[in-house]
Amino acid sequence: MSIQVSAAPTDTASLTTAEGRAAYLARLLELAQSAGNPTGWLSALRQQAAAHVQEQTFPTTRDEEWRFTDLSELLKIELVQPEATPLSLDIAGFCLPEAAGSRLVFVDGVYAPELSAVDDGPAHLVVGNLVNLLKTHPDQIDQIQPYLGQQMGSEEVFTALNTSGLTDAAVVLVPKNSAIETPIHLLFVATGQTPALLQPRCLLVAAPNSQLTVVEDYVTLGKGTYFTNSVTEIAVQENAQVTHIRLQRESLAAVHIGKTAVSQARTARYISTAISLGAKLSRHNLEIYQTGEQTETTLNGLTVLRDEQLGDTHSTLALSKPYGTSRQVHKCIVDDRAHAVFNGKVFVPKAAQLTDAGQLSRTLLLSPKARVDTKPQLEIVADNVKCTHGATVGQLETDEIFYLQSRGIDATTARRLLVYAFAYEIISQVPIASLRPILANQVLPAQA
Amino acid sequence: MIIENSPVILSVKNLTATVDETLILKGMNLEIRAGEIHAIMGPNGSGKSTFSKVLAGHPDYKVTGGEVMYLGQNLLDLEPEDRARSGIFLAFQYPLEIPGVSNLDFLRVAYNSKRKHEGLEELDAFDFDELIQQKLDVVKMDTSFLNRSVNEGFSGGEKKRNEILQMALLDPKLAILDETDSGLDIDALKIVANGVNQLSRADNAMLVITHYQRLLEYIVPDYVHVMANGRIIRTGSKDLALELEERGYDWVLDEEAVAS
Ligand SMILES: Nc1ncnc2c1ncn2[C@@H]1O[C@H](COP(=O)(O)OP(=O)(O)OP(=O)(O)O)[C@@H](O)[C@H]1O
Ligand SMILES: [Mg+2]
Repeated sequence: MSIQVSAAPTDTASLTTAEGRAAYLARLLELAQSAGNPTGWLSALRQQAAAHVQEQTFPTTRDEEWRFTDLSELLKIELVQPEATPLSLDIAGFCLPEAAGSRLVFVDGVYAPELSAVDDGPAHLVVGNLVNLLKTHPDQIDQIQPYLGQQMGSEEVFTALNTSGLTDAAVVLVPKNSAIETPIHLLFVATGQTPALLQPRCLLVAAPNSQLTVVEDYVTLGKGTYFTNSVTEIAVQENAQVTHIRLQRESLAAVHIGKTAVSQARTARYISTAISLGAKLSRHNLEIYQTGEQTETTLNGLTVLRDEQLGDTHSTLALSKPYGTSRQVHKCIVDDRAHAVFNGKVFVPKAAQLTDAGQLSRTLLLSPKARVDTKPQLEIVADNVKCTHGATVGQLETDEIFYLQSRGIDATTARRLLVYAFAYEIISQVPIASLRPILANQVLPAQA
Repeated sequence: MIIENSPVILSVKNLTATVDETLILKGMNLEIRAGEIHAIMGPNGSGKSTFSKVLAGHPDYKVTGGEVMYLGQNLLDLEPEDRARSGIFLAFQYPLEIPGVSNLDFLRVAYNSKRKHEGLEELDAFDFDELIQQKLDVVKMDTSFLNRSVNEGFSGGEKKRNEILQMALLDPKLAILDETDSGLDIDALKIVANGVNQLSRADNAMLVITHYQRLLEYIVPDYVHVMANGRIIRTGSKDLALELEERGYDWVLDEEAVAS
């Protein structure tokens, strides 16, 4: 005879009420705040962020910013603190040969020195985790503190939630006048062993005239359910250049909400390629704040969704000075019953004269049940500017498939070739050669 | 060349076909034997491209009657890719651009599909490169075209040459050239015609659709057919093309009207 002991029944109905959501947000905050035990300025920063969270409500589809993205999937997860991670993990498949000596690895949010590899780079280049850096490089505090949690938009509820539990972070400080050849790989591994709340954090400050490539990479070792709530802050200082590759390849049962907040000073260049492949429900908030004239911004995005996945990208390009140029291409490939969301805001206030901003959203729907909601949102006050946007939603063309078939290529391969081609425009922008075939493979629809 | 008792490659009997429920082919009859070059001429909209796409298996065209035998098997039973693998090649009137698919990858995948079908081992990138260099020569195309997306940004003439490059690579049994000469200057026309002639043998056949007798000076047909209103209404020798060039189609149409 067995005795069944059931846990207190969870009232799923209550999740749909305001009280239920408030309780969930309170639980998130409690989990966040119970992580680590910092003191001093970090503690103050956390408390301030916690206060921001408390002032807000859990987003619903009635909020304009979340109109198409229903967070019920998240509400269903009974989150816990991450457990200690097993000592030996096989992450070889995620390591990039190009960054063999410049890799920081965090496992379930905790820095894993034994999996990381940071060779001595050029003098003054700082790559490390916040906790250690504050001990080993106390002099760098003024390269860190003024940038951590200080970007515009940092009071947004999920961003503030991350900050309210800020314990450690991946930190990259690029010294002045130095072009770093080796890309830096920031690898965030989720074990998926428990439904944990994971809150990765990155800070990248590129000093004037510096140049760097960074890969921010969210991967999983299992198929588990968990919630990643990440925040990355990037300051591209005067005339510096940052090439940023962001890969979201979380478990297909996970929820991923990620923020990228970038500030660009005078003549700074920021080139981003954000590729989103994983997670049952994902949201990427990509925010660019221009603080000086003549900035150049390139945003490449690719979201690939199948089954019942929902993938949402909200980008904001907030210009404030003259002569900024931006090129944004966001592509979605949506199969089965998946749902893609893209919202691209571009703010061009009066001060941002002679802005040249272009935005293109292109979606490929591979199944009749696949769905996309795409919306450019240009708010232009300045009068002497060139701002263009376009959105296309299409299917694979019968004629294109036929053309390939008429050369002996079977229909399935023809479709795969065409999907691959659609995605490759973005994948080809990834400057890490070893990543391109890996990404291309993950993009392709399963072989029939 | 006409070879007595050479095997029949294609036999079309009373073929009717619709597109979007409109009847376009209204009883096509045509027999092509190994070694032969056939030309089809005819006014715009007479159904020439439709016929070629039906043969290649385009899903938008529905065969409603008649039969098409190809090398002794029912062609209409085959998927488009299987038709191609067993030797049917259509050079399109309007070759599509396929952004993002490199010409080289496209050609290699196509070539290897055929190899596999024939039970041969696929060629690796290295061996394929050697092969394709020879084929480029046939149409005097520069290697740089291989690294570009299929037909993307190609001029009209370059697209047509790219079609013949594919033909040279796939070495078809029955090549259907749909207005491959349109839009070509005289030099490009010579290159294309020369390429086609190099590929013409006693064991294969060509069906050349054109509006211009000019092409037929270089690719000399054994038979010239006039197509009108979804059917072949007259068949003659290469001299018929000359006559059509001089007199237009009206007299053929008139004679046909009187006869029926
Ligand atoms: N997809 C389609 N939907 C409807 N009608 C079509 C379609 N494709 C072809 N047609 C019609 O079928 C008829 C035959 O067209 P087809 O392209 O076969 O002519 P053609 O002889 O090749 O002409 P051309 O000499 O101008 O190339 C035309 O009236 C055309 O409008
Ligand atoms: Mg035609």
